[in-house]
Amino acid sequence: MNWIFDPWPWYISGPLIVLVMFALLITGKQFGMSSNLRTMCTMCGAGKAADFFRFDWKAQRWNLIVAIGTIIGGYIGANFLTKDAAVDLHPEVISKLQNQGFKSAGEAYLPNELFANAIFSDPSQLIFLIIGGLLVGFGARYAGGCTSGHAISGLSNLQIPSLIAVIGFFIGGLLMIHFIFPLIF
Amino acid sequence: MRSIIYLFIGIFFGIVLFKSEAASWFRIYEMFQFKSFHMYGIIGSAVGLGIIVIQLIKKLNIKSLDGEGIKIQPKNRSFKRYMFGGIIFGLGWALAGACPGPMFVLLGAGYLPILIVIISSILGTFLYGIIKHKLPH
Repeated sequence: MNWIFDPWPWYISGPLIVLVMFALLITGKQFGMSSNLRTMCTMCGAGKAADFFRFDWKAQRWNLIVAIGTIIGGYIGANFLTKDAAVDLHPEVISKLQNQGFKSAGEAYLPNELFANAIFSDPSQLIFLIIGGLLVGFGARYAGGCTSGHAISGLSNLQIPSLIAVIGFFIGGLLMIHFIFPLIF
Repeated sequence: MRSIIYLFIGIFFGIVLFKSEAASWFRIYEMFQFKSFHMYGIIGSAVGLGIIVIQLIKKLNIKSLDGEGIKIQPKNRSFKRYMFGGIIFGLGWALAGACPGPMFVLLGAGYLPILIVIISSILGTFLYGIIKHKLPH
Protein backbone atom coordinates (compact mmCIF):
# COMPACT_ATOMS: atom_id res chain seq x y z
CA MET A 1 0.00 0.00 0.00
CA ASN A 2 3.01 2.28 0.02
CA TRP A 3 2.27 3.48 -3.50
CA ILE A 4 -0.66 5.44 -2.16
CA PHE A 5 1.72 7.84 -0.40
CA ASP A 6 3.73 8.43 -3.58
CA PRO A 7 2.54 10.73 -6.36
CA TRP A 8 -0.09 8.90 -8.41
CA PRO A 9 0.96 8.19 -11.99
CA TRP A 10 -0.98 9.71 -14.89
CA TYR A 11 -2.45 6.38 -15.99
CA ILE A 12 -4.14 6.05 -12.58
CA SER A 13 -5.09 9.71 -12.16
CA GLY A 14 -6.61 10.27 -15.62
CA PRO A 15 -9.04 7.32 -15.38
CA LEU A 16 -9.97 8.31 -11.80
CA ILE A 17 -10.96 11.77 -13.06
CA VAL A 18 -13.18 10.04 -15.64
CA LEU A 19 -14.76 8.15 -12.73
CA VAL A 20 -15.64 11.53 -11.17
CA MET A 21 -17.19 12.68 -14.46
CA PHE A 22 -19.12 9.42 -14.75
CA ALA A 23 -20.36 9.58 -11.15
CA LEU A 24 -21.73 13.07 -11.78
CA LEU A 25 -23.40 12.04 -15.05
CA ILE A 26 -25.04 9.08 -13.37
CA THR A 27 -26.47 11.38 -10.69
CA GLY A 28 -27.81 13.58 -13.47
CA LYS A 29 -25.24 16.37 -13.29
CA GLN A 30 -22.45 17.73 -15.44
CA PHE A 31 -18.81 18.07 -14.43
CA GLY A 32 -17.76 21.73 -14.26
CA MET A 33 -15.99 23.42 -11.37
CA SER A 34 -15.91 27.04 -12.59
CA SER A 35 -19.72 27.25 -12.51
CA ASN A 36 -19.30 27.47 -8.74
CA LEU A 37 -17.61 30.85 -9.12
CA ARG A 38 -20.71 32.22 -10.83
CA THR A 39 -22.93 30.68 -8.15
CA MET A 40 -20.84 32.38 -5.45
CA CYS A 41 -21.28 35.73 -7.23
CA THR A 42 -25.04 35.24 -7.19
CA MET A 43 -25.00 34.24 -3.52
CA CYS A 44 -23.16 37.48 -2.78
CA GLY A 45 -25.93 39.47 -4.47
CA ALA A 46 -24.40 39.98 -7.93
CA GLY A 47 -27.89 39.57 -9.41
CA LYS A 48 -28.46 43.25 -8.54
CA ALA A 49 -25.62 44.20 -10.87
CA ALA A 50 -26.13 42.00 -13.94
CA ASP A 51 -28.69 39.66 -15.50
CA PHE A 52 -26.00 37.03 -15.88
CA PHE A 53 -26.19 36.40 -12.14
CA ARG A 54 -29.97 36.27 -11.90
CA PHE A 55 -30.65 32.55 -11.62
CA ASP A 56 -31.80 30.17 -8.94
CA TRP A 57 -28.48 29.41 -7.29
CA LYS A 58 -30.07 26.72 -5.14
CA ALA A 59 -30.23 24.54 -8.26
CA GLN A 60 -26.41 24.64 -8.16
CA ARG A 61 -26.20 23.60 -4.52
CA TRP A 62 -24.99 20.14 -5.53
CA ASN A 63 -21.97 21.66 -7.26
CA LEU A 64 -21.07 23.76 -4.22
CA ILE A 65 -21.17 20.54 -2.19
CA VAL A 66 -18.75 18.96 -4.69
CA ALA A 67 -16.48 21.99 -4.22
CA ILE A 68 -16.63 21.63 -0.42
CA GLY A 69 -15.77 17.96 -0.87
CA THR A 70 -12.82 18.98 -3.03
CA ILE A 71 -11.51 21.15 -0.20
CA ILE A 72 -11.82 18.22 2.22
CA GLY A 73 -10.15 15.95 -0.35
CA GLY A 74 -7.22 18.37 -0.58
CA TYR A 75 -6.90 18.28 3.21
CA ILE A 76 -6.95 14.47 3.28
CA GLY A 77 -4.56 14.16 0.35
CA ALA A 78 -2.03 16.56 1.82
CA ASN A 79 -2.21 15.47 5.46
CA PHE A 80 -2.92 11.73 5.43
CA LEU A 81 -1.89 10.42 2.02
CA THR A 82 1.39 12.21 1.38
CA LYS A 83 4.73 11.77 3.08
CA ASP A 84 6.82 14.03 0.89
CA ALA A 85 4.91 16.57 -1.19
CA ALA A 86 7.95 17.73 -3.20
CA VAL A 87 7.18 17.49 -6.91
CA ASP A 88 9.79 15.56 -8.87
CA LEU A 89 10.28 17.93 -11.79
CA HIS A 90 12.43 17.58 -14.88
CA PRO A 91 15.99 18.76 -13.95
CA GLU A 92 15.98 21.38 -16.72
CA VAL A 93 12.72 22.79 -15.37
CA ILE A 94 14.22 22.99 -11.88
CA SER A 95 17.29 24.91 -13.04
CA LYS A 96 15.21 27.20 -15.22
CA LEU A 97 12.86 28.01 -12.34
CA GLN A 98 15.72 28.56 -9.93
CA ASN A 99 17.24 31.01 -12.37
CA GLN A 100 13.93 32.88 -12.38
CA GLY A 101 14.02 33.08 -8.60
CA PHE A 102 11.86 30.09 -7.70
CA LYS A 103 14.31 28.52 -5.27
CA SER A 104 11.80 26.00 -3.97
CA ALA A 105 11.51 24.25 -7.36
CA GLY A 106 12.02 20.52 -6.88
CA GLU A 107 11.58 20.74 -3.11
CA ALA A 108 7.95 21.72 -2.65
CA TYR A 109 4.42 21.18 -3.97
CA LEU A 110 3.92 24.89 -4.66
CA PRO A 111 6.54 27.64 -4.97
CA ASN A 112 7.17 29.29 -1.58
CA GLU A 113 7.78 32.50 -3.49
CA LEU A 114 4.04 32.71 -4.31
CA PHE A 115 2.25 30.46 -1.84
CA ALA A 116 4.03 30.81 1.51
CA ASN A 117 2.15 32.95 4.05
CA ALA A 118 4.91 35.56 3.81
CA ILE A 119 3.28 36.71 0.58
CA PHE A 120 0.52 38.42 2.56
CA SER A 121 3.05 41.04 3.59
CA ASP A 122 4.59 41.45 0.13
CA PRO A 123 2.19 43.23 -2.22
CA SER A 124 4.66 43.05 -5.13
CA GLN A 125 4.20 39.26 -5.30
CA LEU A 126 0.57 39.26 -4.22
CA ILE A 127 -0.33 41.04 -7.44
CA PHE A 128 0.53 37.90 -9.45
CA LEU A 129 -2.01 35.83 -7.53
CA ILE A 130 -4.63 38.55 -7.91
CA ILE A 131 -4.10 38.92 -11.66
CA GLY A 132 -3.92 35.14 -12.13
CA GLY A 133 -7.22 34.68 -10.30
CA LEU A 134 -8.96 37.47 -12.19
CA LEU A 135 -7.89 35.99 -15.53
CA VAL A 136 -8.97 32.48 -14.56
CA GLY A 137 -12.40 33.61 -13.36
CA PHE A 138 -13.02 35.98 -16.27
CA GLY A 139 -11.69 33.59 -18.92
CA ALA A 140 -13.52 30.53 -17.61
CA ARG A 141 -16.89 32.25 -17.78
CA TYR A 142 -16.15 33.93 -21.11
CA ALA A 143 -15.16 30.55 -22.58
CA GLY A 144 -18.12 28.87 -20.85
CA GLY A 145 -16.03 26.41 -18.87
CA CYS A 146 -12.64 25.51 -17.46
CA THR A 147 -10.41 22.47 -17.50
CA SER A 148 -13.08 20.15 -16.10
CA GLY A 149 -15.96 21.41 -18.24
CA HIS A 150 -14.09 21.84 -21.52
CA ALA A 151 -10.87 19.81 -21.46
CA ILE A 152 -12.31 16.72 -19.75
CA SER A 153 -16.08 16.76 -20.12
CA GLY A 154 -16.37 18.66 -23.42
CA LEU A 155 -13.58 16.87 -25.28
CA SER A 156 -14.92 13.52 -24.05
CA ASN A 157 -18.22 14.46 -25.67
CA LEU A 158 -16.35 15.43 -28.88
CA GLN A 159 -17.57 19.03 -28.76
CA ILE A 160 -15.87 21.39 -31.20
CA PRO A 161 -16.39 24.45 -28.93
CA SER A 162 -14.45 22.66 -26.19
CA LEU A 163 -11.62 21.90 -28.60
CA ILE A 164 -11.41 25.59 -29.52
CA ALA A 165 -11.42 26.52 -25.82
CA VAL A 166 -8.68 24.01 -24.98
CA ILE A 167 -6.53 25.32 -27.85
CA GLY A 168 -7.13 28.78 -26.36
CA PHE A 169 -6.08 27.52 -22.89
CA PHE A 170 -2.79 26.36 -24.37
CA ILE A 171 -2.15 29.50 -26.40
CA GLY A 172 -2.70 31.56 -23.23
CA GLY A 173 -0.56 29.26 -21.08
CA LEU A 174 2.31 29.19 -23.55
CA LEU A 175 2.22 32.98 -23.94
CA MET A 176 2.38 33.38 -20.17
CA ILE A 177 5.22 30.93 -19.56
CA HIS A 178 7.40 31.72 -22.56
CA PHE A 179 6.84 35.42 -23.16
CA ILE A 180 5.41 37.04 -20.02
CA PHE A 181 7.28 35.09 -17.31
CA PRO A 182 10.71 36.22 -18.56
CA LEU A 183 9.47 39.82 -18.21
CA ILE A 184 8.00 39.55 -14.73
CA PHE A 185 10.18 37.01 -12.91
CA MET B 1 -28.71 11.49 0.81
CA ARG B 2 -27.80 13.00 -2.55
CA SER B 3 -25.78 15.66 -0.78
CA ILE B 4 -23.66 12.96 0.83
CA ILE B 5 -22.98 11.44 -2.59
CA TYR B 6 -21.88 14.81 -3.99
CA LEU B 7 -19.71 15.38 -0.95
CA PHE B 8 -17.98 12.04 -1.49
CA ILE B 9 -17.54 12.66 -5.21
CA GLY B 10 -15.90 15.96 -4.30
CA ILE B 11 -13.65 14.41 -1.65
CA PHE B 12 -12.54 11.74 -4.11
CA PHE B 13 -11.91 14.36 -6.80
CA GLY B 14 -9.90 16.48 -4.37
CA ILE B 15 -7.71 13.55 -3.34
CA VAL B 16 -7.09 12.61 -6.99
CA LEU B 17 -6.16 16.18 -7.94
CA PHE B 18 -3.76 16.49 -5.02
CA LYS B 19 -2.15 13.07 -5.41
CA SER B 20 -1.82 13.37 -9.19
CA GLU B 21 0.02 16.68 -8.65
CA ALA B 22 -2.38 18.30 -11.12
CA ALA B 23 -2.88 20.89 -8.37
CA SER B 24 0.83 21.73 -8.34
CA TRP B 25 1.86 25.08 -9.81
CA PHE B 26 5.15 23.43 -10.80
CA ARG B 27 3.42 20.73 -12.87
CA ILE B 28 1.48 23.34 -14.83
CA TYR B 29 4.71 25.24 -15.53
CA GLU B 30 6.45 22.02 -16.58
CA MET B 31 3.55 21.15 -18.89
CA PHE B 32 3.83 24.47 -20.71
CA GLN B 33 7.58 23.87 -21.03
CA PHE B 34 6.83 20.48 -22.68
CA LYS B 35 9.34 18.87 -20.33
CA SER B 36 7.18 16.14 -18.87
CA PHE B 37 4.51 13.82 -20.17
CA HIS B 38 2.77 13.69 -16.79
CA MET B 39 0.05 16.35 -17.29
CA TYR B 40 -0.49 15.34 -20.92
CA GLY B 41 -0.87 11.76 -19.72
CA ILE B 42 -3.51 12.76 -17.17
CA ILE B 43 -5.55 14.88 -19.59
CA GLY B 44 -4.97 12.50 -22.52
CA SER B 45 -5.93 9.33 -20.66
CA ALA B 46 -8.96 11.08 -19.15
CA VAL B 47 -10.16 12.27 -22.54
CA GLY B 48 -9.44 8.93 -24.24
CA LEU B 49 -11.33 6.95 -21.61
CA GLY B 50 -13.95 9.71 -21.33
CA ILE B 51 -14.78 9.43 -25.03
CA ILE B 52 -15.32 5.67 -24.64
CA VAL B 53 -17.47 6.13 -21.52
CA ILE B 54 -19.68 8.77 -23.12
CA GLN B 55 -20.06 6.76 -26.33
CA LEU B 56 -21.10 3.75 -24.22
CA ILE B 57 -23.59 5.85 -22.26
CA LYS B 58 -25.15 6.93 -25.56
CA LYS B 59 -25.05 3.51 -27.26
CA LEU B 60 -26.37 1.58 -24.26
CA ASN B 61 -28.77 4.40 -23.39
CA ILE B 62 -27.66 4.32 -19.76
CA LYS B 63 -30.03 6.12 -17.42
CA SER B 64 -29.20 8.34 -14.49
CA LEU B 65 -30.20 7.34 -10.96
CA ASP B 66 -33.42 9.30 -11.43
CA GLY B 67 -34.28 7.03 -14.36
CA GLU B 68 -33.85 9.79 -16.90
CA GLY B 69 -31.68 9.59 -19.99
CA ILE B 70 -28.24 11.14 -19.58
CA LYS B 71 -28.10 14.24 -21.74
CA ILE B 72 -24.93 16.18 -22.21
CA GLN B 73 -25.88 19.68 -23.21
CA PRO B 74 -23.96 20.70 -26.31
CA LYS B 75 -22.26 24.09 -26.16
CA ASN B 76 -23.49 26.81 -28.48
CA ARG B 77 -21.56 27.02 -31.71
CA SER B 78 -19.22 29.95 -31.84
CA PHE B 79 -15.54 30.65 -32.23
CA LYS B 80 -14.69 33.96 -30.62
CA ARG B 81 -15.89 33.36 -27.08
CA TYR B 82 -14.13 30.01 -26.83
CA MET B 83 -10.87 31.24 -28.33
CA PHE B 84 -10.70 34.61 -26.53
CA GLY B 85 -12.07 33.25 -23.28
CA GLY B 86 -9.75 30.26 -23.56
CA ILE B 87 -6.66 32.43 -24.05
CA ILE B 88 -7.56 34.62 -21.07
CA PHE B 89 -8.14 31.53 -18.95
CA GLY B 90 -4.85 30.00 -20.09
CA LEU B 91 -2.90 33.13 -19.14
CA GLY B 92 -4.33 32.93 -15.64
CA TRP B 93 -3.95 29.15 -15.39
CA ALA B 94 -0.22 29.42 -16.06
CA LEU B 95 0.30 32.42 -13.78
CA ALA B 96 -1.67 31.23 -10.76
CA GLY B 97 -0.79 27.61 -11.55
CA ALA B 98 -4.30 26.53 -10.67
CA CYS B 99 -7.65 26.16 -12.38
CA PRO B 100 -10.96 26.22 -10.47
CA GLY B 101 -10.81 22.59 -9.21
CA PRO B 102 -7.25 22.67 -7.86
CA MET B 103 -7.89 26.05 -6.19
CA PHE B 104 -10.26 24.38 -3.75
CA VAL B 105 -7.89 21.44 -3.32
CA LEU B 106 -5.04 23.76 -2.36
CA LEU B 107 -7.20 25.60 0.14
CA GLY B 108 -7.90 22.28 1.86
CA ALA B 109 -4.23 21.35 1.64
CA GLY B 110 -3.51 24.42 3.75
CA TYR B 111 -1.98 26.88 1.27
CA LEU B 112 -3.76 29.99 2.50
CA PRO B 113 -2.51 32.40 -0.23
CA ILE B 114 -4.68 30.43 -2.67
CA LEU B 115 -7.60 32.28 -1.01
CA ILE B 116 -6.38 35.38 -2.85
CA VAL B 117 -6.63 33.46 -6.13
CA ILE B 118 -10.10 32.14 -5.28
CA ILE B 119 -11.46 35.58 -4.30
CA SER B 120 -9.89 37.15 -7.41
CA SER B 121 -11.39 34.47 -9.63
CA ILE B 122 -14.84 35.17 -8.16
CA LEU B 123 -14.23 38.87 -8.90
CA GLY B 124 -13.09 37.96 -12.42
CA THR B 125 -16.31 36.04 -12.94
CA PHE B 126 -18.26 39.04 -11.63
CA LEU B 127 -16.39 41.34 -14.00
CA TYR B 128 -17.31 39.10 -16.92
CA GLY B 129 -20.98 39.18 -15.91
CA ILE B 130 -20.92 42.98 -15.84
CA ILE B 131 -19.31 43.54 -19.26
CA LYS B 132 -20.58 40.37 -20.97
CA HIS B 133 -22.81 42.27 -23.42
CA LYS B 134 -19.87 44.35 -24.66
CA LEU B 135 -17.72 41.34 -25.56
CA PRO B 136 -17.71 39.45 -28.87
CA HIS B 137 -19.27 36.02 -28.38
